[in-house]
Amino acid sequence: MEQKTKVTAPEGAQEVWIKREFDLPLNLLFKAYTEPELVAQWMGTKVLKLESKRHGSYQFETTDPKGNAHRFNGTIHEFKPEKQIVRTFEMENTSFPIQLEYLTFEELTPTTSKLIIQIVYKSLSDRDNMLKLPFAFGINMAHDRLQKIVSRLNQE
Amino acid sequence: MKLRRDVFQAIADPTRRAIVTLLAFQAMTPTSIAENFNSTRQTISKHIQILNECDLLKQEQRGREIYYQLNPDGMKEIADFIEPFRKMWDTRFNKLEEIMKKHQSNS
Repeated sequence: MEQKTKVTAPEGAQEVWIKREFDLPLNLLFKAYTEPELVAQWMGTKVLKLESKRHGSYQFETTDPKGNAHRFNGTIHEFKPEKQIVRTFEMENTSFPIQLEYLTFEELTPTTSKLIIQIVYKSLSDRDNMLKLPFAFGINMAHDRLQKIVSRLNQE
Repeated sequence: MKLRRDVFQAIADPTRRAIVTLLAFQAMTPTSIAENFNSTRQTISKHIQILNECDLLKQEQRGREIYYQLNPDGMKEIADFIEPFRKMWDTRFNKLEEIMKKHQSNS
């Protein structure tokens, strides 16, 4: 299967690039980032606040399978409609430092568009930790399951 | 023809991840693997088959029994830690595309 989303983590640079081409006109792609009810739908998150403007801010809340709520927030530093959003991203109640995100929106054809996200981290090791998060999450899930299996074996 | 499956799709399933974790400790027969789960033997066999098709497992015949263990070469692909991060964004963006297409046709 073709990889529609490309991620690059340049060696020695505390940043990550995420690139994706969409089968959507530019205005719709941009709208997906600025209208609270649409953001909520595709991110699978509760949008507590989203002020799509320069010096506006946002706060999202997601609930994990165990029912714990996690909040994310940030401030929008630059807002150029259908061109660029620059914003910070913070995971509340974690030790992960705040990151800076540059989102660039481009029209490819009248029906297709492209999004480039450059994420800048506090340090190289902070970047690597963030990249490992989904991987580590998968491994932890396996450990949880194993623990359940082992405790069930012990009960028998 | 043996279908080459996606390794990450293989370990996306919690039961299959549990099988991989069990096999990280020792080689096991399909019967002994299945004893660890509430699912039927057939369901577990199917999971083992998928893991095997992804080259995550190695088979070894010992007498009448087949023993499964992890294939270190297959596991290398998983160790590429950026891939789950990419998959996460890919899934998210697929959702964005799907929702905005619906939104487009409604308006």
